[in-house]
Amino acid sequence: MGASTPIAILPRPRGGAFIVWLRNLLVWRKLMVAGLFLAFGEPFVYLLGLGYGLGRFIGEVGGLPYLAFLASGLLASSAMNAASFEGMYSVFTRMTHQQTYDAILATPLSVDDIVAGEMLWCATKSVIVTLPILVVAALLGAVAGPAAVLAVPVFFLIGLCFAGPAMLMAALAPSYDFFNYYVTLLITPMFIFSGVFYPVTTLPGFAQALVQLLPLSHAVGLVRPLVAGSAPADAGLHLVVLLGYAAAGYLASTWFIRRRLVR
Amino acid sequence: MQDQEWALEHPQGPVAGVAPGGSVVVARGLTKAFDGRLAVRGIDLDVPQGGCFGFLGPNGAGKTTTLRMILGQSPPSSGTLSVFGLPVERSIREIRARTGVVPQADNADPDFTVAENLRMYARYFRLPRAVVAPRVRELLEFMELADRADDPIKSLSGGMKRRLTIARALINDPELIILDEPTTGLDPQVRRMIWNRLRQLGHAGKTLLLTTHYMDEAERLCDDLVVMDGGRIIAQGAPRALVEAHVEPYVVEIQGDAATLQRLLGSLPGVRLERVGETGYCYTASLAPVLERLGQVPGISHRHRPTTLEDVFLRITGHELREA
Ligand SMILES: Nc1ncnc2c1ncn2[C@@H]1O[C@H](COP(=O)(O)OP(=O)(O)OP(=O)(O)O)[C@@H](O)[C@H]1O
Ligand SMILES: [Mg+2]
Repeated sequence: MGASTPIAILPRPRGGAFIVWLRNLLVWRKLMVAGLFLAFGEPFVYLLGLGYGLGRFIGEVGGLPYLAFLASGLLASSAMNAASFEGMYSVFTRMTHQQTYDAILATPLSVDDIVAGEMLWCATKSVIVTLPILVVAALLGAVAGPAAVLAVPVFFLIGLCFAGPAMLMAALAPSYDFFNYYVTLLITPMFIFSGVFYPVTTLPGFAQALVQLLPLSHAVGLVRPLVAGSAPADAGLHLVVLLGYAAAGYLASTWFIRRRLVR
Repeated sequence: MQDQEWALEHPQGPVAGVAPGGSVVVARGLTKAFDGRLAVRGIDLDVPQGGCFGFLGPNGAGKTTTLRMILGQSPPSSGTLSVFGLPVERSIREIRARTGVVPQADNADPDFTVAENLRMYARYFRLPRAVVAPRVRELLEFMELADRADDPIKSLSGGMKRRLTIARALINDPELIILDEPTTGLDPQVRRMIWNRLRQLGHAGKTLLLTTHYMDEAERLCDDLVVMDGGRIIAQGAPRALVEAHVEPYVVEIQGDAATLQRLLGSLPGVRLERVGETGYCYTASLAPVLERLGQVPGISHRHRPTTLEDVFLRITGHELREA
């Protein structure tokens, strides 16, 4: 609802969320061609440089050639990064400097529409960013077969999972500097410790338990087998964790963005 | 003239939910507190349908806060508020669908061009495609932006941005148009152009609600206005009526020290002396005796004029600096 729905009332987005999503898609489309080279070029550098280079020394990891192991990890972490950065920096920019949301709130759309639309867009961005990586990985022989397309909805889910907390950060941030804390204290450690570069099982026991509480290891747990052509073990648990973070992040970000925009 | 037609093509019919001659915006005891500090202190409003209603008041008076409450962008702390006969807290979608907004600060979407901004805004209102293309063209003509249609926002001057914001506010053919300082910071040509457009919209039967710091603007445009100060409404009426009610018909502005003026003019009946810095203001119903006394002192510089809304404003809000 629009006018005066502060904390603790459940989000009630409507169709307007898709218009917010469409706005972002239209902006992205304008810049797409310029970004295409980077979108494909970067994964080439990573996968060739790290995958082939390190793969020579490492050989197989967790039953996979290192290139395939790394590619699936990078797919999951790229989905995380895309949604996180969109949810923090872009949402913050539209909320403060650009006043995009203020302009939208003079139309029949509500804050709830905006938050839901942004969250959908963050998840879409995760898919947009990971698809070129998947193509490059397939070209380099790191993808088992066409069944890997099953990972695409998972990329979307990973996007939802990380969009919520990121948008919560945007709602709380006094300035861009604030995001450095979130990136340094949560995103980067997750990237390093959640099984992107090496199996989580190489960590000491307590660290493994800690990593299991954070969503990226569950994202990797789903994406890696799907890309390698097998059925994920513990798929239910992974899905519940990702969905749980998505739902909690969505609620919290809606409440706090309402408080910031409607005051 | 092209733009004359635009207004005439969209005459405003009766406003749903408002009886003929009724009020488009009604507020009773409307109050807003930010962290315990009152920004709006229990105001009553009745904005009649059709015509232009003004909000005047010094910086921080509560004008923008009031407009934001009317738009459902800021929940009132207490009081009641309805627009088109609909309660704001429950019917904000419908109210916004029928309202156009020019916010105090331009917020065109910098990721789009001029025409794209209008088309995107039309989507937020879910206007049918067939309506949007001709209306975008029409509004670009109306606000004299047609040759800028495909330019990015950052290439526009301040005046062009303001005109785009006004065009955008008209995309949904609104019954009520809310303008927060529509001409602040614009050059005289653009201000006059905007005044003309606002008058045309008024003639087309739209209800205009505007805030301004320019008294000449209020005198030209507003049929009725309120003066706010410290969150309260301290005066209300038509501009001419306010001038008649609150100040003498003439004022003489005089450069001279306070003691001299007091000695010279203080004894004249019906004369009121005010002072801002080096300038003395002598308000009077009859000019002749004042000018005669001033003529006795060679070298004193003065000029006289009929009083305006500005004199009313200074009288009722005081001559001191605000927020100093
Ligand atoms: N979001 C906010 N949080 C806290 N205080 C606020 C907020 N918005 C406005 N205020 C305060 O409310 C008061 C009224 O502000 P408002 O913006 O309505 O004034 P205004 O009449 O529009 O002034 P101006 O002519 O300068 O635009 C001011 O004291 C202002 O500091
Ligand atoms: Mg203001």
